[in-house]
Amino acid sequence: MIEAKDLSLTFTTADGPVYALSGVDLTVGEGDFISFIGPSGCGKTTLLRIIADLEQPTGGAIHVNGMTPSDARMARQYGYVFQAPALYPWRTVERNVMLPLEIMGYSAAERRERAHRNLELVNLKGFERKYPWQLSGGMQQRASIARALSFDPKLLLMDEPFGALDEIVRDSLNLQLLRLWRETQKTVVFVTHSIPEAVFLSTRIVVMSPRPGRIIDVIDCDLPKDRDLSIRESKRFLDIAHRVREGLRAGHSYDE
Amino acid sequence: MMSEAAPASTLKAPAARSGEGQTVPVLTIVGCLILIWYAAAIWLNMPFQLQLNPELAGMDLVYATWAAERPVLPSPHQVLAEIWKTTALVDITSKRSLFYHAWVTISSSLLGFAMGTLVGVLLAAAIVHVRALQKSLLPWIIASQTIPILAIAPIIIVVLGSIGITGIFPKALISAYLCFFPIAISMVKGLTSPDLMQLDLMRTYNASQFETFAKLRWPASVPFLFAGFKVAIAISLVGAIVGEMPTGAQAGLGARLLAGSYYGQTVQIWAALFMASGLAAFLVMAVAFAERVTLKRMGVKP
Repeated sequence: MIEAKDLSLTFTTADGPVYALSGVDLTVGEGDFISFIGPSGCGKTTLLRIIADLEQPTGGAIHVNGMTPSDARMARQYGYVFQAPALYPWRTVERNVMLPLEIMGYSAAERRERAHRNLELVNLKGFERKYPWQLSGGMQQRASIARALSFDPKLLLMDEPFGALDEIVRDSLNLQLLRLWRETQKTVVFVTHSIPEAVFLSTRIVVMSPRPGRIIDVIDCDLPKDRDLSIRESKRFLDIAHRVREGLRAGHSYDE
Repeated sequence: MMSEAAPASTLKAPAARSGEGQTVPVLTIVGCLILIWYAAAIWLNMPFQLQLNPELAGMDLVYATWAAERPVLPSPHQVLAEIWKTTALVDITSKRSLFYHAWVTISSSLLGFAMGTLVGVLLAAAIVHVRALQKSLLPWIIASQTIPILAIAPIIIVVLGSIGITGIFPKALISAYLCFFPIAISMVKGLTSPDLMQLDLMRTYNASQFETFAKLRWPASVPFLFAGFKVAIAISLVGAIVGEMPTGAQAGLGARLLAGSYYGQTVQIWAALFMASGLAAFLVMAVAFAERVTLKRMGVKP
């Protein structure tokens, strides 16, 4: 689904070059749930933005679904979920979900049907006519996930979508996301800085480290697909979490 | 922000209370102003009244200053009487009716407002979409407003008059010249108000520039547009009144002001001034009302 070879991105600033990413090799298979984890400044968001063609690499090669990120974006191959819900405040929840469908030229009936279906998928049935400010933060982020899913892309890119939410809400959203991933068979690339979240959700965890942004370790997370929150107390879960923590330490990520 | 909508009643209550609390202070201020006005009328009109009749003294003198034929400063009740006489007591189509003159002024000011809005929005859209224009156009827009309108108004009237364009259009053009500025400035701000995430979102959909404009930049700029409207509507009136002066125009509040000063009719001047400010207040309130309705329809948090 995604293949990156020796990918690098250097920003030129007044204080000299900043190596946001360097020598990144990555393969994401279809149906994978991949998490990028690392401290701030490790380039995890930058890597996601390169996949989304929101940022241009300065070196190396990357293919998304067999094409360049730019072609993939133009072919509307992925849905992107930002750190904040980024809902348009003048649109109702339903019309926010319809926004990409309007741009992509779906018929009015199809727009309604898809908005309805995807809002149901994220448990927001009955909130179609509400405005974003009438929803809680967790509900807003769910609406933004429904919006990303509305045009049925195979790839879902998520940039710390639950970072601003409290832990209780986050737990429940993690469960819902996992169910959603199983039901829709999407490929998900998920950026986070929470170790338990990464281990709980992922099939593979990419551990990253800053200066220059690079991949330290790729950890297979072979917990059963059908997980619930209690799995977080299991030995296997704790072992993987430990390995992630070791990886982060090896990258001197705890120095800051 | 995170909780469900609070019932409307609890949101509205404080606003209603503060509304009640405003009445008394506002009336007090108005009362004070009227008292000061009467006192100033005595002071300013006294010398001339004493010239006319040196015998006058005491309350007789005071009453004389408040009832002078051509006072330096007419008293409030003289102005009110003049307004009453020229609105309620004459036919609305008569050339002596203030409503007729107000209508002449308001029609050119509204046409100017519409033209100014169109130009302002188009300029802002161009500036936002073409980076080069921001550097090249914006200084000219700002410079245009440093030219005194009193200097440029006669030029516009005379030049357009010489090629046969007279009537409402030259006056509207002067209004538009003043109006487009606040609209352009607030719309540049409004059209650039969407944050990076909202813009990136459009990019992930591979939305065209036009779609990004229509579905993101334009709706996001509506509150800014209304802020610009409020300034523009008031100065569009100023532009129309100024535009009526150099022609020695036959009609309009500006012509009324000019005629009043030619013939020393201070009461008439003040009556026209009051009509103009009443008109401005009405127009600003109309914009505020339109703003409330529009923003409510756009689901803005009350």
